[in-house]
Amino acid sequence: MSHDVITKRADAVVGQVQAGEGARPVPFRGGGFTYRPLGPVAPVVFLLVVGLWEVGSRTGVISPIALPAPSEAVRALVDLIVTGTLWQHLGASLYRLSAGWAAGSLLGIAVGLAIGLFSLARAGLMPLVSALFPIPKIALLPLFIVWFGIGEGSKVATILFGAFFPTVIATVGGVDNVDRNLIRMGQSFGLSWLSIVRKIIVPGAMPSILSGFRISASIAIVLLVAAEMIGAQYGIGAYILTAGALFATDQLIAGVTLLSVLGLAIGWLIGRAERILLSWRS
Amino acid sequence: MQLNVKGITHRYGTTNVLEDVSFAVGDGEIVCIVGPSGCGKSTLLRIAGGLEKPNAGKVMVAGAPPEGSLNPITYIFQDFALLPWRTVEGNVSLALEDHRLGVERQRAVISDVLARTNLSDFARAYPRQLSGGMKQRVAIARALAVRPAIMLMDEPLSALDSQTRELLMDDLAALWHRERFSACYVTHNLAEAVRLGHRVVVLSRRPGRIREVVEIGIPLEERPERLAELESLQRRVWQVMREEAREADREIADVA
Repeated sequence: MSHDVITKRADAVVGQVQAGEGARPVPFRGGGFTYRPLGPVAPVVFLLVVGLWEVGSRTGVISPIALPAPSEAVRALVDLIVTGTLWQHLGASLYRLSAGWAAGSLLGIAVGLAIGLFSLARAGLMPLVSALFPIPKIALLPLFIVWFGIGEGSKVATILFGAFFPTVIATVGGVDNVDRNLIRMGQSFGLSWLSIVRKIIVPGAMPSILSGFRISASIAIVLLVAAEMIGAQYGIGAYILTAGALFATDQLIAGVTLLSVLGLAIGWLIGRAERILLSWRS
Repeated sequence: MQLNVKGITHRYGTTNVLEDVSFAVGDGEIVCIVGPSGCGKSTLLRIAGGLEKPNAGKVMVAGAPPEGSLNPITYIFQDFALLPWRTVEGNVSLALEDHRLGVERQRAVISDVLARTNLSDFARAYPRQLSGGMKQRVAIARALAVRPAIMLMDEPLSALDSQTRELLMDDLAALWHRERFSACYVTHNLAEAVRLGHRVVVLSRRPGRIREVVEIGIPLEERPERLAELESLQRRVWQVMREEAREADREIADVA
């Protein structure tokens, strides 16, 4: 019985629509504002830019003093590899970067957790962190040279400080943003303080800590080059500085390319770490 | 195990949230607490389980917890409170890890509670992969794993759609049959209250005071067949609450 009624009603509605005069489709107003993946566009644009640049250099539109041809830069890069100086420069830079960044990040996480977990640490250290964070750390390099010597110490210290503060701030923000209800849940099951920190607070703060890593890594690269330009024999920064002083723009471009590759490689590594550590998110 | 809540009074800043609330939860009894939104129901439950300190009054337990109870007073939360970075298994194991049962015992307990809540097939799933109803089942499994004597349930079904809510209500009733736990069940849904409660405590709007206590004599297992009686009970509770709810609705919220 009731089925009949429902069917009849449905028929009636359909009938009405068909009976309407001047029926027209509803205009489509959705779509847009999302991006479609367009695979080959990126390499095509890249090759086009480099190609135009090469043609410009060959035809003399771009003066070789202003900008060397890409092929010149590649030749400089090959030269670096063949003579083996690439590893000298890259090795020195990677050592400073990894030592300074790793130490700065570890200290930053430790101090950030302390500030996030203990009121005393927050009251005592947070104003200090806020005051020191905005100082461009390169301004402290002369002081670090006095403290740690002109050698590796001062460069590593500059990078360490540069990585330390953003990591502290990211960690504190991460701890503060951990869902209070999850902590309450941990307490309600009688978890120990250490268990709550290890199993709830640290994993909960991890997304924020990892995005802090992205910021601290890019700051570390800037400081690396700056520190190497002030007093270093080897390192990508020193290589670029020497090239600039000799107007060897081909070497300069080769050095800058190395920096770009270095930055991309670090970004890729952090992306990997995010995918592994935060696999629960997506 | 019994829970005795005596003269709880609590305020946040200058706002009185609870005023002289007393009730008891007997052995194997489900006491539902209903009240308009913002009347301090959740605060009351947090106080009852020792997660928050009241300004006045105290909460006592009497009787020994059952043999092997790891966490006599155990919560079920409205938002499930599952760790998103742990699997279903991992979330249950969280409640056990601090008790150092040994790998074998722990694994046995986990697979036992997952089987009891029909979650065995989902042991390796992450919370984001589960529906709301499944998530709450995981939270129930986690609670069962520590063999609670008293369950404190804070609107456990409120985040679910009405169909899932019906299913879980049946699950909870069946669970109570098997386990006979005591429970304090906070809700704003009167249908849940009359379906699951042996007693319904009606709170007034803020500051929460006890307006009325309604005893429901119908045994839990008979309730699905005696819907008409439940309906009239529910209407009676609603009569008591109606004005309070209307007034509460007009208040400006300044308490979380």
